[in-house]
Amino acid sequence: MVFAALVLAAIVAMGIAAPWLTPFDPAAIAPASRNLVTGAREAVRADDGSVREVRHWMGTDTLGRDIATRVLFGARVSLSVGIAVAALATAFGVAIGLIAGYLRRLDGPVMRIMDGLMAIPGILLALALASVWSGGVAAVIAAVVVTEIPRVVRLVRALVLALREEPYVEAAIAAGTSTPALIVRHILPGTWSPLIVQATYIGATAILVEAILSFLGVGVPPETPTWGNIMAQGRSLFRVYPHAVLWPGLFVALTVLAINILGDGLRDALDPRVRREL
Amino acid sequence: MLIYAARRVAATIIVLAIVAVVVFALVRMAPGDPAAIIAGPAATTRDVAAIRAELGLDRPLVVQFATWLAHVARGDLGQSFFFHQPVTALIAARVGPTLALALATMVLSVLVAVPLGAIAAWKHGGVVDRIVMGVAVAGFSVPVFVTGYALVWWLAVDLAWLPVQGYQPLAEGVAGFVSHLVLPTLALSVVHVALIARITRASTLDALSEDFIRTARAKGLRGPAILVRHALRNAAVPVVTVIGLGFALLVGGVVVTESVFAIPGLGRLTVDAVLARDYPTVQGVILLFALVYVLLNLAIDVAYLWLDPRIRY
Repeated sequence: MVFAALVLAAIVAMGIAAPWLTPFDPAAIAPASRNLVTGAREAVRADDGSVREVRHWMGTDTLGRDIATRVLFGARVSLSVGIAVAALATAFGVAIGLIAGYLRRLDGPVMRIMDGLMAIPGILLALALASVWSGGVAAVIAAVVVTEIPRVVRLVRALVLALREEPYVEAAIAAGTSTPALIVRHILPGTWSPLIVQATYIGATAILVEAILSFLGVGVPPETPTWGNIMAQGRSLFRVYPHAVLWPGLFVALTVLAINILGDGLRDALDPRVRREL
Repeated sequence: MLIYAARRVAATIIVLAIVAVVVFALVRMAPGDPAAIIAGPAATTRDVAAIRAELGLDRPLVVQFATWLAHVARGDLGQSFFFHQPVTALIAARVGPTLALALATMVLSVLVAVPLGAIAAWKHGGVVDRIVMGVAVAGFSVPVFVTGYALVWWLAVDLAWLPVQGYQPLAEGVAGFVSHLVLPTLALSVVHVALIARITRASTLDALSEDFIRTARAKGLRGPAILVRHALRNAAVPVVTVIGLGFALLVGGVVVTESVFAIPGLGRLTVDAVLARDYPTVQGVILLFALVYVLLNLAIDVAYLWLDPRIRY
């Protein structure tokens, strides 16, 4: 778990420091250096006439753009999407889950709608929504948020139903606490640790789905460097130049793996009762 | 029990109704003229006018929904102006490869994952257990297109053992059918093996701590017999559940895998339809997958009664 946290921290740092880590521009097209293989060296003439050698650590793509640079900048998009989706889906999910768990009359209708949304395979719904809203990163985030909300709602509702039966909640009700105060002061604090764990998994899923959507051509516009887009652009020449697909793929896999391991660790750390081996 | 089954069927119908509303609403959420959106960019002005008249787009939303639902209920999913075919015909033409891929994946995953999970639980804490669980976490995290391309690179490009892409129907020869199916099935199975192995291990561990296992040991039954006849059989319910829930995952995987391997199935159809903004087709495919998902889980719920006689509703 420590290792996973370090890997994730490294990827975050890479995304933030991307412009300083690489001498290349992620969008700079260089026809002379197309399809260079991993680790290729290239002599670059600077403005003052001096020649220095640069290395394309992961090679270049079909337009001569440095893949390592695009992977670094892609980390920004992937991580932002992961964080945004985790935050938004959790926020909406908590609001709806509290309503369903607390206002019993709305429970049935709300949960049926969630069941209906969950009956549509997630990637299909995200694909369709991203295509309907076709608006870049925001559309992708919104599409994944909608598909993830039902999972949060289910969790929050179940937690609220369990917490309502706790003696301290009954005591608060008996003491005349108003419903809003009860929810904010007594119910919400009991939901946060499972929610953090759930939000972690949602972040991982969001990064995965963003990569898939971009890879399929419905996600973030192709000129933006994202891991999915780099892979999509590398597809056509995969047989000859597999590096353009395999490098970004490795980063998607590493990031998602690190977040999932972190999530498992958080789950065990935050809830000592669930320390059964699963 | 009949009452339970009736209640489950009623709940299923409600869920399907909501799915229908969501799928109907999908097109209305796009900015612009719904008729033009449904017709897609490939349609002519006459097509758009025909759709507007047919679906009654000038009438209230409720009436429009009823009209659309009536069409769907009769098995009419509309016309794809991109593919110039009725959507039902499109789906019928593409269902074969998807079914082959999905079934092969499920069979392979269960055959690999159940023994792995059971052994991990039997020797729990041991080397095998740790490896299986480590691989399971990794299996969840690696996207299917990454696995797919890594496999293609290794087995199809580097070693050249298998074809890189494509699909060959069973009717054109068993060898070609199988060799084209191996790589996509392997790629798609990874995540399912991870999922099923994890659940099998957890539920087998639970079953192994039951009294009847101690009894079985006491009467002198040997290890494998206890594991297979007593522990695994009692671990079956969660495993079957996860296979049902895994269907959503399978559909997502199929969409991506078919694109990676250029398989002309329903997943590829979905992506092509989404890219072409061919919404009748997108709606049709979503409805179909949701219907299969809901019915599959209904069937599994009813199957519990048979799998575990202790469950009585």
